[in-house]
Amino acid sequence: MSSKIWIVARREYLSRVQKKSFILVTLLTPLGIALFSVVIGFIMNAGSKSDQRVVIKDDTGIIQQIAAEDKNFPYDFSTKDLSVLKEDYSSLGYDLFVYVPAMRDSSTMRLAASYYSTEKPSLMILESIESKLSDQIETYRMRKSNIDQKLLDSFRADVSLENGAMDPNDPGSSAAAGKLNIIIGTALGGLMGFMMYLVIFIYGSMVMRSVMEEKLSRIVEVMVSSVRPIQLMMGKLIGVGGVGLTQLAIWAVLIPILLLIVAAFLPGVEPSQLANMKSGIEIDPQAVEDFSGQEVIAAIFNLKWWLILPVFIIFFLGGYFIYSSLFAAMGSAISEDMGEGQQLMMPIVIVVLIAFYMLFPVLSNPNGNLAVFASLFPLFSPIIMPARLAFDPPWWQIVLSIIIMLTTVWFFIWLTSRIYRVGILMYGKKVTIREMIKWLRYSE
Amino acid sequence: MSILRLDKVTKRYRDHLAVDEVSFEVQPGTIFGMLGPNGAGKTSTIRIITTITGPDSGQVYFRGEHLNKTHPSQMGYLPEERGLYKKMKVGEHLLYLAQLKGLSRQEADKKCKIMLDRFEALEWWNKKVEELSKGMQQKIQFIATIVHDPVLLILDEPFTGLDPINSNMIQDEIFRLRDKGVSILFSTHRMEQVEEMCENIILINKGKNILMGNVKEIRNRFKEHLFQVSYKGDLPSSFSGGLELVRNEDHTATFRIPDQDTPNHLLQFLMGSGCEIQSFHEILPTINEIFISQVKGISHE
Repeated sequence: MSSKIWIVARREYLSRVQKKSFILVTLLTPLGIALFSVVIGFIMNAGSKSDQRVVIKDDTGIIQQIAAEDKNFPYDFSTKDLSVLKEDYSSLGYDLFVYVPAMRDSSTMRLAASYYSTEKPSLMILESIESKLSDQIETYRMRKSNIDQKLLDSFRADVSLENGAMDPNDPGSSAAAGKLNIIIGTALGGLMGFMMYLVIFIYGSMVMRSVMEEKLSRIVEVMVSSVRPIQLMMGKLIGVGGVGLTQLAIWAVLIPILLLIVAAFLPGVEPSQLANMKSGIEIDPQAVEDFSGQEVIAAIFNLKWWLILPVFIIFFLGGYFIYSSLFAAMGSAISEDMGEGQQLMMPIVIVVLIAFYMLFPVLSNPNGNLAVFASLFPLFSPIIMPARLAFDPPWWQIVLSIIIMLTTVWFFIWLTSRIYRVGILMYGKKVTIREMIKWLRYSE
Repeated sequence: MSILRLDKVTKRYRDHLAVDEVSFEVQPGTIFGMLGPNGAGKTSTIRIITTITGPDSGQVYFRGEHLNKTHPSQMGYLPEERGLYKKMKVGEHLLYLAQLKGLSRQEADKKCKIMLDRFEALEWWNKKVEELSKGMQQKIQFIATIVHDPVLLILDEPFTGLDPINSNMIQDEIFRLRDKGVSILFSTHRMEQVEEMCENIILINKGKNILMGNVKEIRNRFKEHLFQVSYKGDLPSSFSGGLELVRNEDHTATFRIPDQDTPNHLLQFLMGSGCEIQSFHEILPTINEIFISQVKGISHE
């Protein structure tokens, strides 16, 4: 009885895993990601370094005076005539010319400087120039008021928030590491949520296509004489799910290795940085730069992998079964081509997209009300709960979420198998979702 | 005891009655023909027998027991619309289907090879299904249907797309199985095969059972008392005693004799008229003719 499910699952699994295309995709994807990260690394490096040359004509006299003491001040000064500079700054080798007029009043707040540039400068460089100019003037004014640098420094305060519950004896639990954990958690959460989203579509549509092909080529007609439709469907779901797990397992080994290799050969490209990119969560680059690579790696190793990995796999399987059983039901209802399928897929796609976009608010507030709701609601939880795992969600939420999800898996398989068994033997007419609901009531 | 008995089986789909109180019985070691035009309800009936769907009302008995989900493992069903996985190898595919019928891997391997050999196809073992011709694929499907030694074989149009040689090969196999005691439910709309192969038939149209019985008995039941005579010389110019000349071509004449009359009268009359009789036989209607007249008769009502 159930051994037939395994016979079907075995065929579904082996026929896919032995395909050349599977082997290629499985091996080339990590390579592709590594390559992608190299390219992104170059782009980000190129973008962050300002190679724009700036020349300043300073009529206040203050800026140049103070800046002369700062070896890191990135801009040049010129004393040439304003009209000359306006004309010739680019022939002198500069991209941008900034003119700071003299101050009418030495205590004035606002100072309007103007820039000249052949090309439109980026907002970033303008802001950077503004803040550097302001800094010089502020420093000058403080000196003029005879405020001693030491006194000034003694005014400074740096409040840093630490996790009060952290073990002070744990070397990895400095204040910085606490923040680092959040950054890494966000990155990891984004990555996991994104992967679940991909998994649902990749393997879901794999199931759907294969159900459709079996129906249209009339293979099911032969199959249902020896296997019950639910066994056929379950076998397929298990087989394709196994393919997914295999692929993930290979990627889980290959991708980190390749990324470490990339990171070793390309300074300035951090795996965590890439994760940020993928999850689309903006993290202040300054915040990441504050940590050394070793700290990052230590923090990654400090995550509760013994919890995160198994729970992730449970949610992977739960999400896979919920959605791919729906895809199987849709595939069974198709009677001509994939075009018909797109229409039937729409409602599923919308739900998955909602869950995916919930990732962003959830990751910025991983234990908020929305996060708790979305990680319990079974259509969202396979995407949302894995994303929260790195933020230590309460135990009861994980357990409750799994219970609700597994119940839903059971319910969906029951529901979709009732649609499937009618759909696979029904030809000719286009099927609407309303009609599929009627199939639920058909007697066996 | 019959292998299969249907008792007033009815199946209704939302907009129409697919099977309407169909009853019949299949005896062990016989070939039972199920005839009907397209859409008559043959496939729906078969799906009920193979427990793919259930009847809305009526009973099905398999070897005297109420039909249940364990019984299909003793049946072999070759559906009319049938496909195979194109990318699979023939041997692998047969093993897969045989294992799904409940055979262990070793058993399946042994039996599939014996079967392929009998169908002169053992060298296909490592070929992909897509490399085979349609007829070859049919053979593979037939093998998959009988590989687990079913006691009831359900064949839905088993000969479509086969050349005469392969057709004969499969027909011989069907006879061989029948002689071994296997019962065969043979669904088709090709009548000449029915006459050749079946002992008993049922004719269904629009879900209803319109005719059932022994093939010979049915042909007798619908006979029109027609006799064909080949002769030398000339026929008499007029006939007495209710004899009617239906056709006369090239020294072969067809007569209809009155219901209560016997062929002897016709012979005596012809011999008395002086023509020389070379052969004489009764013309029974073919199943095809009966089928058409019955189906038309029903649809004209």
